[in-house]
Amino acid sequence: MHPAIQAVLTVGVAVIAAIAYFYLSNLLLDRVLFPARGKNAGRNINRANMIRPWLFLFPALFALCLYLAYPVVETIRLSFTDRVPGGYEWAGTSNYQQMLREPKFWEALRNNFFWLLVVPGLSTLFGLIIAQLTDRLSWGNIAKSIIFMPMAISFVGASVIFKLIYDYRPAGEEQIGILNAVYLALGGAEPQTWLTIPGLNNFLLMVVLIWIQTGFAMVILSAALRGIPEETIEAAIVDGANPFQIFFKIKVPQIMPTIMVVWTTITILVLKIFDIVFAMTNGQWGTQVLANYMYDKLFRANDWGVGSASAMVIMLLVLPILVWNVRQARKEMR
Amino acid sequence: MGRITLDKVTKAFGEVEVIPPLDLTIDDGEFVVFVGPSGCGKSTLLRLIAGLEDVSSGEIRIDKQPATHLPPAKRGLAMVFQSYALYPHMSVRKNIAFPMKMAGIPEAEQNRKIEDAARVLNLTDYLDRRPGQLSGGQRQRVAIGRAIVREPAAFLFDEPLSNLDAALRVGMRLEISELHERLKTTMIYVTHDQVEAMTMADKIVVLQKGVIEQVGSPLELYNAPRNIFVAGFIGSPKMNLIEGAEAAKHDAHTIGIRPEHLAASKDAGEWKGTVTVSEHLGSDTYLHVTETGLADTMTVRVGGEFGVKHGDTVFLTPDATKIHRFDAQGLRIG
Repeated sequence: MHPAIQAVLTVGVAVIAAIAYFYLSNLLLDRVLFPARGKNAGRNINRANMIRPWLFLFPALFALCLYLAYPVVETIRLSFTDRVPGGYEWAGTSNYQQMLREPKFWEALRNNFFWLLVVPGLSTLFGLIIAQLTDRLSWGNIAKSIIFMPMAISFVGASVIFKLIYDYRPAGEEQIGILNAVYLALGGAEPQTWLTIPGLNNFLLMVVLIWIQTGFAMVILSAALRGIPEETIEAAIVDGANPFQIFFKIKVPQIMPTIMVVWTTITILVLKIFDIVFAMTNGQWGTQVLANYMYDKLFRANDWGVGSASAMVIMLLVLPILVWNVRQARKEMR
Repeated sequence: MGRITLDKVTKAFGEVEVIPPLDLTIDDGEFVVFVGPSGCGKSTLLRLIAGLEDVSSGEIRIDKQPATHLPPAKRGLAMVFQSYALYPHMSVRKNIAFPMKMAGIPEAEQNRKIEDAARVLNLTDYLDRRPGQLSGGQRQRVAIGRAIVREPAAFLFDEPLSNLDAALRVGMRLEISELHERLKTTMIYVTHDQVEAMTMADKIVVLQKGVIEQVGSPLELYNAPRNIFVAGFIGSPKMNLIEGAEAAKHDAHTIGIRPEHLAASKDAGEWKGTVTVSEHLGSDTYLHVTETGLADTMTVRVGGEFGVKHGDTVFLTPDATKIHRFDAQGLRIG
């Protein structure tokens, strides 16, 4: 059978199965378990209504446990064990100790920290500035659409685009990488292999994510800016504030909660950053990050213990920001 | 000093002219109320004076100085908005301080003025709260406080009481009137509520479709409305307008008689009609009378209790000295 037909069939079966689950389980609850008749009709209706939400939530909860909660527990277990022929043996903290001794781990941690400092901040800042600048323009919406577009490109796709931008051809040949072309046109001595220059290459990778995430920040912040009551801005104009003061003292403080949500959302994304590094440098030349380090250990070195230990480090770093982000978002909704 | 002159001021939004050439002089210390139905241009006129909108042509002078092209902050005016327009992220103290901070007034003087304003407006206990923690009336007082500390040449109020409930509105009306008595500063007040206009104004400006229909003291407008529009707009309930033969008897196209200038009797009178609704307000009763052969519905004010019900016959007699006469163009005769 053609794979496409197979896929369509699978989707169809899954949808029918889901509908059948909701319909039949509901029927079971109402007709068999707690029928709304007899002398306990009222009590039965109440009980059925208490159970119904759990019935409907069950598939989602089950999937969540299977694909999220269980792997977390399993990763914790793996990080404290070593794989030996025929099974596992308890390893105590030796995996963590080994990880902490490796310079590559510290390089990854340091790079993740730099990513954290640069990417969320710059994406939010650019997003905010663009949101403000395009707000009053007649072609602002077109500009916004174009800036938002990278959001639709996968990280790997974006990496391929930027690999071409940073591409290197030996001196004397035609440069197909725009960065080298511009560099030479501006008087650079010879073409550079940009992605191998330590320090700089990290920032060149960050540019890719900033390029993608600025659109996200812009869209959210643009909506927030439009939500500011017009009269507070007019009041500030009458009170004698100049455009900069209006922006920084009236507008930005009023959308601060939204800015924080955008910032933390991108921060969580940055802590998990993998694809861009994997596709462009694979962590060479001093660009390693935690997620790629984990991948290296887990699937290349087949060292499940150290790989799981580094996964735990990523999770512990993300967790507090995640909790804070969810709290902020809830506060926003109120 | 706060003498404001508008000289042939016009305002057009694109093709639509909302204010045709308009002349108006507001004397120093006057309490002027702009009143008119929704969309009559009263708020636009206020915003032109404030500088929040640019005039299309004509000239605005404040204290004999041309102000047409001055930015809002340089006009020395303070504005109080319908939605209060408080800065939600600042405490009451900082809200009130904001215009002074923008003007670079020394901090000691700022604090002195804040304390003064807070005392006058009963806000002393609330200075460290955020606007979100205040009631509607308190928010409005903060907005007024923010206006007072600037010691403006004139206060501009844009429907400041329309977001308050009825009881609070009466209270704030008195407070603003008292404030005017004490400060003796020019105040321009926009409202669609003719009761506010009648009770607060030294001078009322009645507007319709951007055109000034009449300017005068509340009693001038009440006793001698210049045309049918003003006659119908000022006074509550509305003046009864009668056309046709009855008007011809008075050599007029239309005659107007206010509900309080009609006498009602169950037995005899000049005009006969049928009661549809009688509204008991306690001190007064308003009868809505139809089938008089004069107008669709006539409104009559009678004393506290007047024993009629739906369908009863009632006789009306106008006070001959209080009949307003209008010609075919709707202009007042005599």
